[in-house]
Order: sequence, then structure tokens, then C-alpha cells
Amino acid sequence: MTQVQPDIIDLLAGITPGSNLDRIRAQRPETREQAQQSYLALFQPRTVDEVSLVERQAIAGFVAGLHRQPDIYEFYVNPLEEGAAGRWLVEILKAEIGAGQATGPYGNYPEGPLSGENKAGLLYRVSETNRDVLGEKLSAAFEHAHLLVFRLRDASPQALQVLLDAGWTTDGIVTLSQLVSFVAFQIRVIAGLSLLSAVSKRAAA
Amino acid sequence: MTELAIIPGVENPPVTFTQAEIGWTPWLQPLAEDDLTERHLHGLVEAARAKSPYFRLLVRNPEVLGARTKTDKDIFYNTRTGLPRAERELAATAASRSNGCIFCASVHSRFASHHSKRGDDVQKLLDEGVGADLGERWNAIVAASVALTATPPAFGDEHIARLAAAGLEELEIADVIHGAAFFNWANRLMLSLGEPTPAN
Repeated sequence: MTQVQPDIIDLLAGITPGSNLDRIRAQRPETREQAQQSYLALFQPRTVDEVSLVERQAIAGFVAGLHRQPDIYEFYVNPLEEGAAGRWLVEILKAEIGAGQATGPYGNYPEGPLSGENKAGLLYRVSETNRDVLGEKLSAAFEHAHLLVFRLRDASPQALQVLLDAGWTTDGIVTLSQLVSFVAFQIRVIAGLSLLSAVSKRAAA
Repeated sequence: MTELAIIPGVENPPVTFTQAEIGWTPWLQPLAEDDLTERHLHGLVEAARAKSPYFRLLVRNPEVLGARTKTDKDIFYNTRTGLPRAERELAATAASRSNGCIFCASVHSRFASHHSKRGDDVQKLLDEGVGADLGERWNAIVAASVALTATPPAFGDEHIARLAAAGLEELEIADVIHGAAFFNWANRLMLSLGEPTPAN
């Protein structure tokens, strides 16, 4: 039996059928459908290939936690909490999200006239203890996700080499990059539309 | 065997925000055009994208690229209703300027200039940054896009009120949200998988 999938953005932005925001989203049917298809392609892929489902959920939870979006964080870590093996991972996630808190975007521009806009900030590393438990591959993914969330203009080929050295393949890095970047998009659509929805409801009341 | 990142050694790379037609070169190996299967071509959505090293890199995950491309097209090109194209491109440019993506800002500032015929104002955004005064309607769009681009997002009631006061209806405000949010996807890929190259 095919399970009916809720639209994740509607679910997390609190958009209900027949509401004003439901009608607004209906005017961008392809945006709605393909944002959902992107979510499914990343979190219910037809083959997990290079990135396991646990890794995908954990990295998405880490990204949502760094964005300080508790509902979206819960959404991504809930599947992990169901298994005993995942519970320890959630404890580590919470600690690492705490250690990674910052306000972005920051980082450096290429040397030149924009250097004056360089902004220093946290260079996050997984703690030594947690690195041992997470392993090199997932630790490297968390550090790269932090770079992509907060200081994307610091990205470099060397940062990709760190991932390759930690056991990521080129295909795996493409999926990891899409996953972090997609969640960054999804979080902003949810944050924006849920606020618009709340304002709209207040205006109608 | 461990794979290797590409360090392209670009000479005279763009180091300022520009509307010029600059290029982009990857740090990871794209698929070869000859190796693209039906599944890859489906993910590219448009066959012409097989010429682009960026899309041939992203097509290593064809299902995600396909869905992402269709999301992109609807957010920016479905203009029968809602925000004019120029202002969606303005939101994309403001997000890219704020995140620091010189390549994305070059493409979408050109589109914003083309559709608005306000090239000088667009250039002002690139030169002076997101605090540039572009007139209240554009200022409101830029401020909302920048607030949404911040991590954590700093988008609040005041941004919606300002957009509404500038004359934007709800669907148009939703278009600003989508335009800015989408570039928080695009900027992260463009900045982290390669770098800009000079205009020819």
C-alpha cells in the first residue's frame, strides 16, 4: 500500500488545507511539488549509495539545530530517536549543535577590495571525544555542514579534500552538499511562510 | 583509492561583485558528457545543461538535481501572477550579495538589471552592499531577503509589514521569500563546489 506523504513545508510551516497560505502555495504548484520531491530524493532515496539514511537524518538535524529551528530539528532527529543505536547519536548531536552556535553569514572574501567586508567567526571542530564516537566520515560531514551553514564564502577545494580523505567520494560530496543546501532553503521557506501565515491569520481575525 | 579535489589555479579571478558574464570552474570532477545516461539526462531537465560543468557535477545525484531545477524554474519564471521577474531576481541578488557568492550575484544582478531597466541601482547594491538606498520598495525587498539569509533567520513581522507597506500582496511576499530562500540553496552549492573565473 502506498503511504500518503504529507507536504513537509506545509506540515512544518503549519499551513492547513483551505487556509490563505494554502491558496497562495497553490499558485506555485511546481514549487510545492518539487520542493517535496527534493526532500524525498534526499531523505527517501531510491538507493542510499554513498550516504546512509542515518547520516542524512543526523546531518539535517545538525543543520536545523544550527539554524535554531527546534521543530525542524525534531522532525529530522525523530527517526533517529526510535532506535537504540540512534539515541546516543542524538545526544552527541545536541552537544555538537551547542558547540557550533554562531550567527552568520561570516568568513573571508578573496583578497581584494572586498577584504574590508571579511568577518571573523567560529571555526567549528567536532570535539575529540565525539570525533572518536562519530568516526572520521560523519565528523568531517558535520564540520563541512557548519562551514556551509555559516561561512560559505570560506569554502575551498582543501575543504573538499578533507571530506575525500575522510572517506567521502565525489558522488557522496554532491549529495552531502545538496542535502545541507536544501535544508538551508527549506528552513527559510518554512520560517518565512509560517510568519506570513501568522500575520495573515491575525489580519483576518 | 581516495579521490582528489581539483585546485584550478585561476588567474585574475573576479574579486568584486560584478554584472559581467564571468565563468565558474568546479573543484570536483563533473561527469563526462559522453558518460551521461538517460537517468542523468532526465536529471538535467534541459539537454543543453550537459554543456555546463556545474550541472554535470550536480547530475551525480540526478533525482535531486532534477527536482531542484524544476523548483528553481517555477520560483523565478512562473510570473503570470505575483512578483515581477525583476524583483524576484533582486531577492536572489540580495541573498547572494549577503552570502558573498560573486558568481550567483553576477548572473542574477544581470537578470535584475535587464528586467527592471535599473542597472545603476542594481550596481549600487553590488558596490555598496545590502545597505544601499534603492528606493523604499526595493529596500524592503533587499532587507527581507537579507534577514531571511541570516543564520539563524532574522526575518520578522517588521519585514512583512514593510513589504506590505511598499505595496506587495501576500503572493508577492511569498515570492520574495522563495527567491531569497532558493539562493540560500544555490549560493551554498556554487560557493562550495567551485570558484568564479574571469569574463572572457
